[in-house]
Amino acid sequence: MSFYDLYLQHKDFDLKKIFSVVSPGSIQNSLERDLLDIGQYIQLISPQAENCLEGMAQRAYAITRRNFGKTIQLYTPMYLSNYCENSCLYCGFNLNNNIERKKLSLNEVEKEAQFISSSGLKHILILTGESRLKSPVSYIKNCVKILKKYFSSVSIEVYPLAEDEYSELVASGVDGLTIYQEAYDQEVYAKMHVSGPKKDYKFRLEAPERGAKSRMRNISIGALLGLGDWRREVFFLGLHAKYLQDKFPDIDIGVSVPRIQPQVGDFKPISMVSDKNIAQIILALRNFLPRIGITLSTRENPDFREALIPLGITKISAGSTTAVGGHTLCVEHLQKYSQFEIQDQRSVDEIRGMLECKGYQPVFKDWLNF
Amino acid sequence: MEDSLEIAGEKVNNRLFIGTGKFASYSIMKRALEEAKAEVATVALRRVDADSKAENILNYLPKSCRVMINTSGARDADEAVRIGRLAKAAGAGNWIKIEVIRDNKYLLPDNLETLKAVEILVKEDFVVFPYMSPDLSIGRRMAEAGASAIMPLGSPIGSNRGVKTRELIEIMINEINLPIIVDAGLGKPSEACECMEIGSAAVLVNTAIAVSDDPVRMAVSFSKAVCAGRLAYLSGIPAAGKIASASSPLTGFLRDKK
Repeated sequence: MSFYDLYLQHKDFDLKKIFSVVSPGSIQNSLERDLLDIGQYIQLISPQAENCLEGMAQRAYAITRRNFGKTIQLYTPMYLSNYCENSCLYCGFNLNNNIERKKLSLNEVEKEAQFISSSGLKHILILTGESRLKSPVSYIKNCVKILKKYFSSVSIEVYPLAEDEYSELVASGVDGLTIYQEAYDQEVYAKMHVSGPKKDYKFRLEAPERGAKSRMRNISIGALLGLGDWRREVFFLGLHAKYLQDKFPDIDIGVSVPRIQPQVGDFKPISMVSDKNIAQIILALRNFLPRIGITLSTRENPDFREALIPLGITKISAGSTTAVGGHTLCVEHLQKYSQFEIQDQRSVDEIRGMLECKGYQPVFKDWLNF
Repeated sequence: MEDSLEIAGEKVNNRLFIGTGKFASYSIMKRALEEAKAEVATVALRRVDADSKAENILNYLPKSCRVMINTSGARDADEAVRIGRLAKAAGAGNWIKIEVIRDNKYLLPDNLETLKAVEILVKEDFVVFPYMSPDLSIGRRMAEAGASAIMPLGSPIGSNRGVKTRELIEIMINEINLPIIVDAGLGKPSEACECMEIGSAAVLVNTAIAVSDDPVRMAVSFSKAVCAGRLAYLSGIPAAGKIASASSPLTGFLRDKK
């Protein structure tokens, strides 16, 4: 059995019917329990729970503080290549978009690594567009070899791989895998992913399991909010995270809930996800899965990011760019290569200062080179 | 009266060991260690950043504080051993808390893998402190393998639930001829005191101190509670009974007359 089977069991779940019997009292009862089950999680993502956010926030704050302390892990993304064979309606790297394509040479990777590591960061997330031809596993492996000289943790956010390919990367020093399903609803997924290998819903959905079997240490999953009904998407995200946590208890599972942002092209979100919705989602996930990592990217603006931190966030990016070579190539190149527009352009030092001001210790290093 | 804990030929006067994770800053952590007069602090090697612009946690430990590296992040014996060796090579000493966890939901330790790591690291001249779920048989095997102390958990890490495993810990204290140090789960100074009253050699506390509103004062209060509990233990705590024991006994008239 894989998560796809669980998805099939739940895909016709009538969430609205369950929502219709949720009351402030039932939400309160759920919040008084030590551990919440999936039914209680559904209550927390219901429309009625919008009136219970303060209670959810108090509980989420206490849990996060107890489990993770007054600390926030820092990392930054590094884009290696924007060549892509997919046509995904929402993505700036869509092969039909007329953008300049670029793949970093190994020298350029080293330059980026030197620049990023001079900011003190020790955790890096490397990304590529989906092109096995332009950025094959062997290329990623060569990049990792360089990056391991500078960083204690290297995570990948690349196209879904086979288990033996993940194992190869783990052996070369990769310890984390980030792979977002984008849309859990299979019909929405099919509409968004028009052509290319990413059309294969199941191969992507099962990638976190393959990564777990290859002994990754951290696996981060997510849904790109704005493509379909967010409550339904977040229901499946919670179900998926719980499934992975139960099946692979020695792997740190993380979640992220990015909202669609403007990028090259003219795609507009199909459904709106408000700030209040995002807060509710984070609170529901934290209350449901007390030990899960929750990452907040620079897709959100600085004020909102800061306000969300106490609600359950454990990891944030800093000094981010979504352009290939964006850390060291000259500025006029940036727009040509970027995947989406970031909202928080603060440097690592600025983010560090902000966290210290808010009473959090910025954690630069939380793993080691074996 | 001198009452120090002796481990591997070294004397430790303060029986409150403090974990260094979860603090809002290293400077607060340092003050907490100083004010509590801590002599042993555990540090996760994964957090030690010796060569970067970011601050190095080891520079914030008071000089009087001995470092006990922990193997946080190890998923099996092999990884724990590798972390131990890295720590020693990095000059972090040879006191090592073995922490092997394959359960990221409750963070409960894997006793079997921990035992394997004890067997290896003892042979490599480490002073080994295994963190474990209280279990007499495994504890005995760890002792036979050469552990310097055994660290059973009071309740899951970070849970602040207190000494839920008290009965099992008491058995280990009675049966294992090594210092038993209660590690994890203590949420209040009174719970640390309770551990000391039942004969624990020391306690290790992190979350309850680090995430309190005033970690410095909380560290001091834990330190005092540990002292009080230890003193009570040494004083011989009278057995508790359900029947009242009158200070003016009813049968006093039966005493033999001089």
